[in-house]
Parts: sequence; structure tokens; C-alpha cells
Amino acid sequence: MKIVIVGCGKIGQSILKSLVQENHEIVAVDSDPDVINSITGNYDVMGVCAAGTHYKTLSDAMVQNAELFIATTGSDELNMLSCFLAKRMGAKHTVARIRGQEYSTENLKFIKQQLELSMVINPEQLTAQAIFNILKFPSAVKSETFTRRRFEMAELSVKPSSPLDGVSLSELRRRYSAAFLVCAVLRGGRAYIPGGSFVLEAGDKLGLLAAPEDMQKLLRGMGILQKSAKHVIILGGSRIARYLAEELIRSENSVKIIEKDEERCAELCGTLPDNAIVICGDGSDHELLTEEGLDRSDAFVALTGMDEENLLVAYYALGRRVPKVIAKISQDSYSDIGGQLGIDCVVSPKHITADLLVQYARALQNSLGSRIETLYSLMNGRVEALEFDVADDFACAGVAIKDLRLKPDILLAGLIRGEKTIIPGGDDVILPHDRVIVIAAGQRLCDLSDVIA
Amino acid sequence: MRYKIVLHTVGRVILFEAALLLLPLAAALIYGESCAEAFIITILIAAALGFAVSRLCSGAEKDIFIREGFAIVSLSWISISAIGALPFVISGEIPSYIDAFFETVSGFTTTGASILTDVESMSRGLLFWRSLTHWLGGMGVLVFVMAIMEKVPDRSINILRAEMPGHSVDKLVPRSRSTAKILYYIYLALTVLEVVFLLCGGMPLYDSIVHALGTAGTGGFGIKADSIASYSHYLQWVITVFMLLFGVSFSLYYLILLRKWKAVLGSNELRCYLGIGFASFVIITINIYPMYGNIADAVRLSAFQVSSLLTTTGYATADFDLWPQLSKAVLFLLMFSGGCMGSTAGGLKISRIVVLAQSVRNELRRALLPRSVSSVKLNGRRLDPLEVKAVHSYFAIYLSVIIAVFLLISFEPFGMETNLSAAVSCVNNIGPGFHLVGPAANYAAYSGFSKLVLSLAMLLGRLEIFPMLLLFSPQLWSRR
Repeated sequence: MKIVIVGCGKIGQSILKSLVQENHEIVAVDSDPDVINSITGNYDVMGVCAAGTHYKTLSDAMVQNAELFIATTGSDELNMLSCFLAKRMGAKHTVARIRGQEYSTENLKFIKQQLELSMVINPEQLTAQAIFNILKFPSAVKSETFTRRRFEMAELSVKPSSPLDGVSLSELRRRYSAAFLVCAVLRGGRAYIPGGSFVLEAGDKLGLLAAPEDMQKLLRGMGILQKSAKHVIILGGSRIARYLAEELIRSENSVKIIEKDEERCAELCGTLPDNAIVICGDGSDHELLTEEGLDRSDAFVALTGMDEENLLVAYYALGRRVPKVIAKISQDSYSDIGGQLGIDCVVSPKHITADLLVQYARALQNSLGSRIETLYSLMNGRVEALEFDVADDFACAGVAIKDLRLKPDILLAGLIRGEKTIIPGGDDVILPHDRVIVIAAGQRLCDLSDVIA
Repeated sequence: MRYKIVLHTVGRVILFEAALLLLPLAAALIYGESCAEAFIITILIAAALGFAVSRLCSGAEKDIFIREGFAIVSLSWISISAIGALPFVISGEIPSYIDAFFETVSGFTTTGASILTDVESMSRGLLFWRSLTHWLGGMGVLVFVMAIMEKVPDRSINILRAEMPGHSVDKLVPRSRSTAKILYYIYLALTVLEVVFLLCGGMPLYDSIVHALGTAGTGGFGIKADSIASYSHYLQWVITVFMLLFGVSFSLYYLILLRKWKAVLGSNELRCYLGIGFASFVIITINIYPMYGNIADAVRLSAFQVSSLLTTTGYATADFDLWPQLSKAVLFLLMFSGGCMGSTAGGLKISRIVVLAQSVRNELRRALLPRSVSSVKLNGRRLDPLEVKAVHSYFAIYLSVIIAVFLLISFEPFGMETNLSAAVSCVNNIGPGFHLVGPAANYAAYSGFSKLVLSLAMLLGRLEIFPMLLLFSPQLWSRR
């Protein structure tokens, strides 16, 4: 698929990298020659060094034939303008990054309609949403939901004292009566799709799939069910913090934001509802954190602009036994360091955005076959969970799963048929209009028929 | 440096050469020549060696950074030349290995300098192989491999950059592999077109193919002792025009295919290329007119020789060594210019001359108006000062290489005209020089040492110096 990306900052480059791995034909546009040089040196893409709002630039980038046009410069208005031009020049789908507070929901809806944008991305809001999901379900490192919350996918880490340490998967199934599936295990940087004889060890990270009520039952049985966070402390008054605080207050939690900059504090106070508490002070000061009730809080979220500060303060909060600690990271290499410090819950805005676009691009690619409804990347991007809407003409409809010749490292993990959720066994069949959840390690699926060897 | 990926790629290039050797083998079999045996033996050696090297060195490391790109390109070129020389030696038609190596390097680098004293006695299979090396070397062997490879590594642009002639290789389309394919399609189409034109003029099929390959790569290997002189005037004109066409940047042809006329006409490199060619043509025509006493002959001979030396091809229809001094001087200077960036021609390249000329103008202006601000423009784009600086340093290194080669071959008991023109001719990938290495003579008289020096000079010139020169830098080889 031909894709043009305008604006190759942090977010843009992360999107570019993910889409290159998806084997798309990409043209990168940026006005900084150094950025273009480094991109064309590192990836097999074409670079155009000029401003993305000029007709000539866009025609050099062959926008006319582009199927997807993504504008992710730092300026909302530039993004809108270049998407508009691209659309008029013949780009099929346009995606703009718009994050300004002045673009309220209705305003954005109007803009999207008038400019014929296919999608508007706001990385900060997406990140806030992801953090909110974790806070609502804090037992997991990360949790995702599939169609209408029929299935939940949770990533758990196995702690040394955990009841899961040293238990085989078949034993696990006997021990807990809930219907669930361990879809993937990350151990020592390698992702496995485990069989029944697989024995869990401390330090593993596992992906669990279950219906929400089974998930609750299972986690309670394991003794690791945590109540959803009520009292949340947020460090840093960034855009993400604002979106997160709004979301938390809407679902009646108490929020405290600690921010150094006075002006920013005043701004936050002005925009957030009154029951959000904004504290002006240095969050790396331990006294201040204690005074603001770190020990009594349910969750601590570090969202400053500095990865290092986020990690260090999060590490301190972990030592103070805060039940749930989340750190925002922009530098890829830090997420492993976070893991080594015991902060297993890190969010990265650029990865969240890139994943969304990968999913979008892949859905565009297979508009004919079984549609991809949802795509999540698990285990630091090594495993993917995809939800397909089975097409009418799916070749293997009605064949028992044990008779399907699946490719290696593929797992059919869940079926949603009407209101029913099924963890499929060998005798189950896939029917048209089912939703199928497929787990794939180390490969990229575009269509449901790709799972068959 | 990552040795494994470098050797692995070189191994694959050798395997690829083994496959290509099937073509001259087929030619040898068609003509029922005994050199077929030599090709079979070479193919077996190349296949075994290529397979062993690429197998032994296949590993997890996949990254090709600029260092690896340089090493891959220079080592590949040396090894394909070393193996490509084998058929000449095994068949016994060029008994000395050094001579055969010189001939093959001259082929791959599209120089066209020969050590053969009697071309017409060579077997047709070997002559075909010699010309095929021109065609492959013109656009680049690794570019070809990349065009047909299933999956190219990330960062493969570093290989393209190291091999393609020109200081700034731009992609035509997002993928390196598609870019390589487009370039080769254009190249192939133009070559076939030339074959058709030559056939129409009554040239035999074999001769047409060999000369088209030689023209396309701007190489200059022929099959006759007097190069092109004995062919009809029509054929000489066809070759004149096609030499000029192959000296034009291939991305311009792509732009023409896309009907972006404005960008084509806005290329000041193209204008300068045609301007230099035309000016030289006029001077030489007037200068040699008294010699021939016939305007048609003067125009034809002048146009052919100018086109041949400007594009660094090296075909000849007249012994220009006998021409008046002024004409010889103009031709000697043309040897430096070369064709456009991104064509198959060698030399300094017109775009560098454009940049250098503008720099000189700017410096002069700054001397008169110290506060004036000036810029260097190429094809409608303002160049970054760093890019301009890179051209300056390239020019300095280029001159140093010519001087070094000239000094190294000055041990030979030949005149200065011979040695200097040999050095210039080899570094610029032209072929013939003046006096003892003139169009009617050859390089056979040089000693083995000088032939190796000149082979190196040809490789330095073809790969634009840096990849080859860096082979001698210990830093390239350090694992860190």
C-alpha cells in the first residue's frame, strides 16, 4: 500500500517504523534535511525534504496515488491543510493529528466531515485512554477489550511469590474453574504460544484471554484481584494528565495533579472540574509526595516530559508500596530499564499511536476478505491479537478446528457468536459472522484465511 | 564492521555472476567455440565459491550501515573482476592472469581500455562476455542483484549510494528494489532500441548486441581493431546519438515517462552537458576541417569523438591522436567532465562541474563585494553548504588520485603524454588516451605492476573513489 507521512517527529517516525515493518511503500516528508537523511539512511523509504503544505512537495511525494496520507507535524492547522490538499489531489484516506484543546468534540466532528478526514488522531488522548483502562483494571499490566467487552485480554506478570510460579498450564486449568486461555508468554525477550505442558516461571509475562466475568473469577481465585483505583496521583500537568484527569473525574475518582510550573497549574485549574486538585510543587521532592498522601493513594501515574524523572519517581512510589504505578516513556530503550526496575506498567504515546495506524492500514488492505475489527500488540510488540469478522465466503467455515491446518505460532483463542463467548476446543467450528480472536507470534496477518498453512 | 553480512552479500553476488556467465556460455555454444569449456569451469568455481561463502557467513546480523555498504560494494567489485577474468585465462586466449584481470576490470568499470593486440582473433563468446561486463558495470552489479532479489535488507540504500555514480542518489519510488527495477527497465529498453537501430543499418546481430552493450554501459569494447571506423556512416551516427543518450541522468528518463517536462527542462546539469558537448563539437569541427577538406566528414568525426569522450565511452572512428593540438587539448579536457549524475558515464560528472563553476563565481564575487551573499543551485534546488563542501573535497581527492596514479606508472619508459593520458583515461573510465595508448594502440606495453595500478585506478574512478579508498582504512575493518 502506498502511504505518505508528513512530519517525521517522534510520533511520525514511530508510525513510519511500524508501517515499514508492515512492508508498505512509504514516502516521508519533512522540512528538516537532517531528519530526512537519517530516515532514508535507516529505512527503505523515499524522502522528500520540503514543507508538507506545498502543492509541489505533495506531488513529488506522489500523493495522487497514495492510499493513505498521514499528517503528523507539530501544528494542527498544517496537518489539516495538508490533509485537505492531499484529499483534493487524490489521496484515498487521510489521517490528521489534531490535539489542540481549542478543537472540542463537536468542532472536531465538523472539521473531520468538512475536510473528509478518515481519522483524527490525538496521541495524548489515546494515551490517557490507555492509562484509564489500566487504572480501571489494575490487576493487569495492560488490558484490552474486544467487541462489546465480550472478551478481555490482560497482560500479567508472574511475581516470585505468585501462586502461578512453577505451575503448568494444564494444572492451572484444573485449579480454576473459569473459562480462560493463556495465549502468549514472554520469557527472556522471546514470545511463546504455550501448550498445556508449559510451566510458568517467575518473571514471565503472560497474556490471558477470558470473558470479563471469568476474568474476575480467575483473578480473585489467584488472589491478585485489585480493586479499580479510586485515589490517583498524577505527576506532571501535561496534556495527557488533563485528559486522564477529566476521564477519571467523570467516573468519580479523586485526582491530584502535581505540577511544577505555576502558569500551567493555573491553566489546568481553569479547564478541569473543581473536584480535581492541582498542587503546585516539585514532584521529585519526597516530602511533598508524602504530604500529598502518596502512601494512601491507589495509583501513581508519572507523566512529566522527562522519561528519567518519570522512571525514578515511579520507582520511589513502588518502594512506598503504591498498589499501581504507571510511567510514561517516550524513548524506546527506557521501557526495558523500566522492566528491570520493576515498573512493568509503562505507556508510550508513540507506540499507542503507531499501533492504531498499523491496525487502520491493515484493515484498509483487506477490505475484501474477513475484516479486522481490532488489533492489539502484546508482549512489547512481539505478539498480536486480532479480532476478525468472519466473511460470508470464508473457505474453512464449518470445518472443525482440529481439522484445520494452522500455521505454526498461530492460536485461535476465542469465538464470539451472537451473545455467546466460546474458548474454542478442537471440535468447535468457525461460522460466517462469528468474531474470531486470533493470536499470532512473529507474523503479520491481514486476513483470516492467512492463518491456514 | 559486520563481517558476516558483508561476506554473505559478496557471496551472493558471486553466485549471481555464475548465473550470468551462462549467457556467454550460450553464445560460445551457439558459435561452437572451444571457450565454452572455460566458461563451464568458471561457472563451477564461481558457484562453489559463492555458495560456500554465502552459506558460511549467513548469520543473524542483518544491518547494513554505510560502512558495510562501502565494504560490500568494493569487495564485490574486486571479486567479480577476479572471477570474471578466469574464462580468458582458462581458454588460453589471454594467458597472463594480470592481463585478464586488467581486461575484466576495464570491462566492469566501463573503461574499455584493452591489452589485446589482436581483438579480431578472439573467440566470439569471450568478446561477448567482455561487452556484457560493460553493460552490468554501467548501471551497477549490486543494483542489478537488488532488482531481482526477493527481499532486500533494510538500509539497502547504503549499497545503492555506494555503487550508483553520483553524489546524491535519490529514489524514484519508495522502495529501493522498485527503484533499481525501474532503472534497469529504462536501461534495457534503451539498449534494445539501439540494437534495433543498428540492425536497421545492416549491422549483423552479434555486432549490434556487442556494440549496444558497449554503448549502454559507456564502456567502449568493440570487436574490430579500428573500433567503429569500418562501419557505415549511418551506424556511426546511431552510436553517436546513443552514447549521448546514455550520458544523461536516468532519473530524467523516468521524469519523461511521467511527463514531468518542467522538471526535465529545469535541469541545469542537462543544459550544461549539452552545452559543453556542442561547444567542443564546434571547435573541433572547425579545427579539423582543413585536415579532411570535407564538411560532412569533419562534422561526423568530430561529433562521434566528442560524444565518445564526453560520455567516457571510448569508441573511436578516427585516430584522434593525429588531430591538431587544439582538438587534442579539447578532447583531453572532455575526458575530465564525464556524463550526468545518475547516468552510466564515468568521470567527474557534469553536476560537480556545475557546482565547482558556481563556487568559483561566488568566490570571485566575494572578493569584489565582501558582503555579498551567494548560493549554489543545482537543478533548481539550492544546495546545502555541506553538499557544496563535499563536492570540493571530492574534487581534491579526485585530482590526488590522478596524480598518484600518474606518479606510480611513471616508472614506465613512455612519454609524459602517454602516461598522463593513461592515468586520466583510466580514472575517468574512458579507455583510449593519447600517443602510445591512443585509439589505435593499447595498454599491452605496460608492465604487470602498472596494469594493477591502472586496474585499481579504474575501480577508484567507477566507484567514485570513497568505497575503494576506504578499503585501505583500518577503521573500516575494526569490529567496533
